[in-house]
Amino acid sequence: MNLALDIVSGVLIILGSILALTAAIGIVRFADTLSRMHPATKPQAIGMVMIMIGAVIRLRGNADIWMLVLVALFTVVTVPVIAHMLGRVAYREQQTRDGVPVADDTD
Amino acid sequence: MTIVAMVAGALLAAAALLTTYRVLAGPNTLDRMVGIDTLVAVAICGLAVWAVYSGDTTVVPGIVALSLVGFLGSASVARFRVADEPETIPEPRRGDRR
Repeated sequence: MNLALDIVSGVLIILGSILALTAAIGIVRFADTLSRMHPATKPQAIGMVMIMIGAVIRLRGNADIWMLVLVALFTVVTVPVIAHMLGRVAYREQQTRDGVPVADDTD
Repeated sequence: MTIVAMVAGALLAAAALLTTYRVLAGPNTLDRMVGIDTLVAVAICGLAVWAVYSGDTTVVPGIVALSLVGFLGSASVARFRVADEPETIPEPRRGDRR
């Protein structure tokens, strides 16, 4: 049982790290600010939540792991807020490549 | 678990290096903000992997503090930043502060 839990934890941590790496690759490769916000939020948040779940499983029995759960919840709550604020500023300053957005109903 | 921590640490270090490139090269400050946001997230992941590797939860309050400070920093910069070239912003949007 302990071995199975450790294997699950290790797989989650490796998958979370791979997602963090894909987020970094996306941030380097994508073309404009609005595109770069996508890897900065979604894969990054999912990867962090996976790493936190893996750490909670691995550190089971410790008194402090509720804080890791708190970090995961806080990430899920705050990442959309930051994405919204940065996206609004980027739209207002037109930090987009040509032809994006395709249709703009806010004017 | 040592091997898992080493592989995860190598992946996270590569992610931090790539993100640092975007922070240094990003054409405008919003790109740098996105990069710094990701860099803080990678640091949080790295601290969690360190806690797993050492089996020691001393750094866990630091992880909580880092996530709070990262959110406050990004939100503040997005709210109060001044555009790199304010004259290039279209007129209807320039005065819209909310």
